[in-house]
Amino acid sequence: MRTFAVLAVSCWSGFLVMALELLSGRILAPTFGSSIYVWGAVITVFMVALSIGYLIGGRLSLLSPSLARLSALHLISGLLLLPIMVFAIPVLDSIFGITEDPRMGALLASMILFFLPAMVCGCVSPVAIKLLIKDVHKAGFYAGLQYFFSTFFSAAGTLLTSFYFVLILEVNEILLLLIGVTAAMAALAFTISKTAPASEAT
Amino acid sequence: MRLLSALGLIAVLALAAAPSQAEVKTLHSERSVYRNIFVTDDDGLRCLTFRRFAGGHRQTCMRMSDPNELVFPYAKLMLGALTLNPHPKRILIVGLGGGTLPTNLSTMAPDAAIEVVELDPAVVKVAKEFFNFKTGPKLTVHTEDGRVFIKKALKNGEHYDLIMLDAFEDDYIPEHLLTKEFLTEVKGILTPDGVLAANTFSSSKLYPYESATYAAVFGEFYNLALANRIIWAQPGKLTDRATMRMNAETLAPEFEKRGYTVNWLLVVPSTERDWPANTRILTDQYSPSNLLNGK
Repeated sequence: MRTFAVLAVSCWSGFLVMALELLSGRILAPTFGSSIYVWGAVITVFMVALSIGYLIGGRLSLLSPSLARLSALHLISGLLLLPIMVFAIPVLDSIFGITEDPRMGALLASMILFFLPAMVCGCVSPVAIKLLIKDVHKAGFYAGLQYFFSTFFSAAGTLLTSFYFVLILEVNEILLLLIGVTAAMAALAFTISKTAPASEAT
Repeated sequence: MRLLSALGLIAVLALAAAPSQAEVKTLHSERSVYRNIFVTDDDGLRCLTFRRFAGGHRQTCMRMSDPNELVFPYAKLMLGALTLNPHPKRILIVGLGGGTLPTNLSTMAPDAAIEVVELDPAVVKVAKEFFNFKTGPKLTVHTEDGRVFIKKALKNGEHYDLIMLDAFEDDYIPEHLLTKEFLTEVKGILTPDGVLAANTFSSSKLYPYESATYAAVFGEFYNLALANRIIWAQPGKLTDRATMRMNAETLAPEFEKRGYTVNWLLVVPSTERDWPANTRILTDQYSPSNLLNGK
């Protein structure tokens, strides 16, 4: 049950980060266009944020990690999408006031709007792997399992967002949907952490 | 044995390739950060295309024996927007292609200062080398995203008498150039009697969405539906038909030089609302233009 919860959080965290990355291009385009620079800036910021997230998540995995804490991390990554809904336009407008260059502008805007949620998504993985591993000799196996689920759902997040969500929903409605599901997944994992027998996972 | 069969294969391939090479030759291919650009020659018709295969969608074509000829009817309708405002002083064109529109406008409106915004530097290079596109003091090119350029122009209080949007391809639409917010920015840099001429789509599910979005920003507009669909819109009241005809008569020699007549042109514009009243408007929040166009 606990393993299921950890994997479910991994799945949705993977979904969330790529759905957000796809939306960020759409959020920046009205201000900085959709040139290759803008996509380059978005992808760069997401990669840097994830890499730092992995580093921090690895550190966190040393400090008595638990399913409850994993749920909390996941919830935080979702809640960090809220400021994007509220502040994207004022932030973009003021950055455009400072620099009209799509390269600098898109980098700066991506840092401010998307760095934190992407970074916290990155924190989830190492903590999840730590919770999955029950036998050090099988560490690689569990890491592979976690990579599979989170990356497979990243693919799903990319596809569903770009092919379907944008056709039915506004950008902010999609963000709200992502926040809602993230909160629900975090609540589910938290409930499992309090009710499922602790012996199953360490 | 192996050598023989290899030779046989080469011969077959050569035979298969020969006829199509005789029809359409690729004169040049230009690498670009966005997509490769090809210049083809089909019996004196030189075309710019973004696809490698002959018969792919052609962006611009020029008849080498008569560079003035407008090979695609859409260009005739785009240039026809001069009938709404025959003496523009400042013109902005978004999307260069082979430069058909700016090159023709520089002779049809010789007093105008023309600015072109083109995202892809490789397109500018190819237009200059293969399509006689010449820049000068009255015709300049900015290599950047159209939306960013227009946002800056709005901020700096610039105004244009004629704006042409020609940035859409057959299979890819820059979605941020087809939203209510974008069109509002375009409206903001038009002079009160300025004109927007947009080259858009006539078929596909996108048609009603596009119409509703233009109507939300400009109110009534002239709709010119041939193979492509052209929209003529103005920030204030539309120029009436009598004035259009009067303006068109003075432009008649220019149209005739390019293979069309005032009478042919003036029957095309329509103000009929041929889309459902409850059609959803495209916005920066909701802009699935490519998905709609694919349907």
